[in-house]
Amino acid sequence: MHEMRYEAPKTLAAAVSLLAGASGQARVLAGGTDLLIQMRGGRVDPELLVDIKGIPEMTSIVAENGVFRFGAAVPCMELVEHEAFAKAWPGVTDGANLIGSIQVRGRATAGGNLCNASPAADTVPALIAAGATVSVVGPKGRREVPVEDIATGPGKTSLARGEIVASFLLPRRPPRSGDAYLRFIPRTEMDIAVVGAGINLTLDESGVCSQARVCIGAVAERALLVREAAAALIGTKVDAEALQRMAAAVSAACRPIDDKRGTKEYRIKVAGVMARRAAQIALDRARRKN
Amino acid sequence: MAKVHVTATLNGNAVEFLCETRQTLLQILRDELHLTGTKEGCGTGDCGACSVTVDGRLMCSCLILGAEMQGKSIQTIEGMADGEKLHPLQRKFLEHAALQCGVCTPGVLVAAKSLLERNPDPTEEEVRYWLAGNLCRCTGYNKIIEAVLDAASEMRRA
Ligand SMILES: Cc1cc2nc3c(=O)[nH]c(=O)nc-3n(C[C@H](O)[C@H](O)[C@H](O)COP(=O)(O)OP(=O)(O)OC[C@H]3O[C@@H](n4cnc5c(N)ncnc54)[C@H](O)[C@@H]3O)c2cc1C
Ligand code: FES
Ligand code: FES
Repeated sequence: MHEMRYEAPKTLAAAVSLLAGASGQARVLAGGTDLLIQMRGGRVDPELLVDIKGIPEMTSIVAENGVFRFGAAVPCMELVEHEAFAKAWPGVTDGANLIGSIQVRGRATAGGNLCNASPAADTVPALIAAGATVSVVGPKGRREVPVEDIATGPGKTSLARGEIVASFLLPRRPPRSGDAYLRFIPRTEMDIAVVGAGINLTLDESGVCSQARVCIGAVAERALLVREAAAALIGTKVDAEALQRMAAAVSAACRPIDDKRGTKEYRIKVAGVMARRAAQIALDRARRKN
Repeated sequence: MAKVHVTATLNGNAVEFLCETRQTLLQILRDELHLTGTKEGCGTGDCGACSVTVDGRLMCSCLILGAEMQGKSIQTIEGMADGEKLHPLQRKFLEHAALQCGVCTPGVLVAAKSLLERNPDPTEEEVRYWLAGNLCRCTGYNKIIEAVLDAASEMRRA
């Protein structure tokens, strides 16, 4: 084990130059609930840790004209306790509220959940369904990227060396919109999703679905945005038949693995069921908001 | 190896320590500051035996680096009793026999205190949900829940 440097810069620019200038492996430290365990297990052995929790853009939640921007280093508990946020985005809040225990949520961040790139990450399908984008800052400047373009496979992201996910942006919502995230786990608490489903939809004045996004987790190498599933809802009243077609499209998109938590066949079937139930919740929430 | 110099507040008092960058807050508390009330059960965030609060937020000290504590306010089980006078939660744990081996107890107490600070009148379900990150291999949880609810009702009357 070699020496490891710990730095806690106060600006994004300083954090980026530390990361870009490191000679060996450098890692961003957010809540550390994935990283510290990986270091302890010897799976990662960084030469430099850049703690980003002292950077204001990364630790604040800002609402402006219905748009929310929250820092990638905001702990899940803070997001969940933010009343206006929880009201606007109950599905994203559901996802953040499912991570670990109260203790884990006191530290775990959505940025870490995304960049750790586990296919079963609970905030990710909800954020993708919400149409969230991230602001990525690196040695070449800043770029805005849809959340679905960050994780590329287990433990892998599209971020270049020195790039940091600074914040998440959630767009302004039309009236009559609702979102939901549900996961299926073998236990009732503290487990990893076998399937996760995030749904976000908007109804027009007559109750017909005008926009929808459907994203499922833990059934492929990364969370999948399933456009065919959304298309099955759009233009319908989200009745039983539309939900059935949506569930079938979700199941068709799955390419899961077999593991101790569930077989392929099981995951494919459960994915459709979870998506249907999440859509029902999103629909009820949208109807209540008019 | 270069060490990080940290100044923080621990149970209301100023504290200074030198730590290696890989040392967890749990290691600092137990091995450097000799406050061994905070326990290590798993070291991976699963059991809650290492629960502390940092700036008022409940966390697992096994998943925090000592170096991150610069300027932070840490509360551990050692700060719970007022001198010889036990906190109502501690007293109720004794009265209800809510502990057996006691390894989980400091973490459960710290977590329960953090709950009652936010919600002085929790339902049984809320207590169970809040304490889901604190594993106990001995009591079967019922006595823990009863003790927390009883302490909460006493504290509301006080
Ligand atoms: C007991 C326990 C239970 C858990 N339960 C769940 C669960 O139910 N669901 C779930 O999804 N997860 C769960 N997790 C995993 C973990 O808590 C989450 O993935 C969490 O969101 C990670 O966030 P973090 O801030 O702790 O990340 P860290 O550990 O700090 O970072 C994770 C990775 O992302 C990188 N990174 C972090 N932030 C950024 C950034 N802004 N820009 C670029 N790179 C970054 C880090 O370098 C590291 O490689 C659990 C963990 C524990 C210990
Ligand atoms: S020792 Fe920290 S959670 Fe178990
Ligand atoms: S009393 Fe032994 S683990 Fe809880």
